[in-house]
Amino acid sequence: MSELIHLTATAIAAKIKNKEVSAREVTDAFLAHIEATDPVLSAFLTVTAEQAQQTADAVDRKIADGEDAGALAGVPLALKDNLSTRGIATTCASQILKGYIPPFDATVVTKLKEAGAVLVGKVNLDEFAMGSSTENSGFFPTKNPWDTTRVPGGSSGGSAVAVASGMAPLALGSDTGGSIRQPAAFCGLTGLKPTYGRVSRYGLVAFGSSLDQIGPLGWTAEDVALLLNVIAGHDPMDSTSVPHAVPDYTQALTGEVKGLKIGVPQEYFIEGIAPEVRAFVMSAIGVLRGLGADVVEVSLPYTEYALAAYYIVAPAEASSNLARYDGVRYGFRAQSDGKHDALFEKTREMGFGAEVKQRIMIGTYALSAGYYDAFYLKAQKVRTLIRQDFDKAFTECDVLITPTTPTTAFRLGEKTNDPLEMKLSDICTIPANMAGLPGLSLCCGFDTRGLPVGMQLMGPAFSEELLLRVADTYQRHTDWHTRRP
Amino acid sequence: MPLTPDEVRKVGTLARLALSDDEVDRLTHQLNDLLDQFARLQQLPTESVPPTSHAVPIQAFLREDRITPSLPREEVLALTSHVDDYLGGFVVPQVIEE
Repeated sequence: MSELIHLTATAIAAKIKNKEVSAREVTDAFLAHIEATDPVLSAFLTVTAEQAQQTADAVDRKIADGEDAGALAGVPLALKDNLSTRGIATTCASQILKGYIPPFDATVVTKLKEAGAVLVGKVNLDEFAMGSSTENSGFFPTKNPWDTTRVPGGSSGGSAVAVASGMAPLALGSDTGGSIRQPAAFCGLTGLKPTYGRVSRYGLVAFGSSLDQIGPLGWTAEDVALLLNVIAGHDPMDSTSVPHAVPDYTQALTGEVKGLKIGVPQEYFIEGIAPEVRAFVMSAIGVLRGLGADVVEVSLPYTEYALAAYYIVAPAEASSNLARYDGVRYGFRAQSDGKHDALFEKTREMGFGAEVKQRIMIGTYALSAGYYDAFYLKAQKVRTLIRQDFDKAFTECDVLITPTTPTTAFRLGEKTNDPLEMKLSDICTIPANMAGLPGLSLCCGFDTRGLPVGMQLMGPAFSEELLLRVADTYQRHTDWHTRRP
Repeated sequence: MPLTPDEVRKVGTLARLALSDDEVDRLTHQLNDLLDQFARLQQLPTESVPPTSHAVPIQAFLREDRITPSLPREEVLALTSHVDDYLGGFVVPQVIEE
């Protein structure tokens, strides 16, 4: 059964549907691999073995009865631990939520259950999704399966490692400034941040509400399309989710890029981008050109301001969102003899980690009386300029291709003492969040150390079909996505 | 004008964080580093640029004004051990002065 763990989700779903293998056999193979592998990689915060086996058995009964068991029937899946799961601990990798068991499911979780997916566990992240290496987890860091001395990226590091190491063929992450795409790049996967509003955020523990989006990680664009089919759509529980119809994303994968106009923005190929990363991305663009795509140079002149504006907008929203953690109704409560303010201050001081406190502080400052115009309003105006950059670029091309990250995976501990340096690893991914656009990362090579290189595709709002088609076409003509650590 | 440790302490109070002296020192440095980064935004002329609060245009949805069930009280109270079973509520420190 060990060969099962290296298959794509699409292949596993087909095998189960055709009764070549039972959902229970698949689930047991992945659970056994988690037990053997996770002690080394530390991706999982909770393994839900018993529930997984029960779900798999229910899928097998449905299939035996000739019923439709769902698009993801029997496919194991790992969830980032900031997605609320009824009856299963949801910690956001924070001590302040230790022991919290949500009384409700996130909308994406409900949809996954309806589609027959088998939830194998909840996986690690940077605390409250704030970070780029999963080293900010309030519990333990997660390691990159390609080189266990290196970080898997973050904040959805656990999601990326679960897939890359064969502990689950699919995972969900969340992306506020690159948290799906950057770990997908560091771990050799395909990861998609959908357009803001494409997927309901109900039950995703909020970080930056105007930036957050849930999205899939898998080996291939086809697997990502399969999972996006299940989670996309309007939800009355999230007023920012859009009522657009959900296409069958797998039907968009025609293998055709002839006449496609690829824009290459010069601002993403600047100094600081590792020469090897640049070379592999340019070579991938060459592959697509060879298949009939046209390549044009475009410019996104406000790119250089995106990082600074993001580090006002995201912490400002985070400082409001995290105000709810006061120790009163759930999660950790500090011992305190004082008044209520003392209880709140002590609970939050003890419950939050250093990075989260830093972001709450900068956000509180940026929103405080007298500074709002200089910081938050200014950042929102810069956000408009960044959006207009993209609007203009998409009059000249269909899709943008850039590196996902300036470098391949860095060493554990390498950037923990240098918060600014850490934040730079999101420099290529942040603009898509600021503009609400879809962004997809896929593997386009391996550097001399054997580490995966990620290439990013960005398109206009709601162009997920296009991004998936381009990624899938590339994967039909290359084999980077078939390598396993 | 860089932030002083006292100002950082004041922000800490606004954010309801009981910061230690070491943290105040560290945060003073870190926040000033970030403010230096933000300074570059100030050079951009944006007087005539409208702000973006949501990147994708959002319509306000109306739903039927119908009562739907909320979470059962027992389930919500089960989330913490600091409850008063008799009164059926969360226990908090004294809020009102005697």
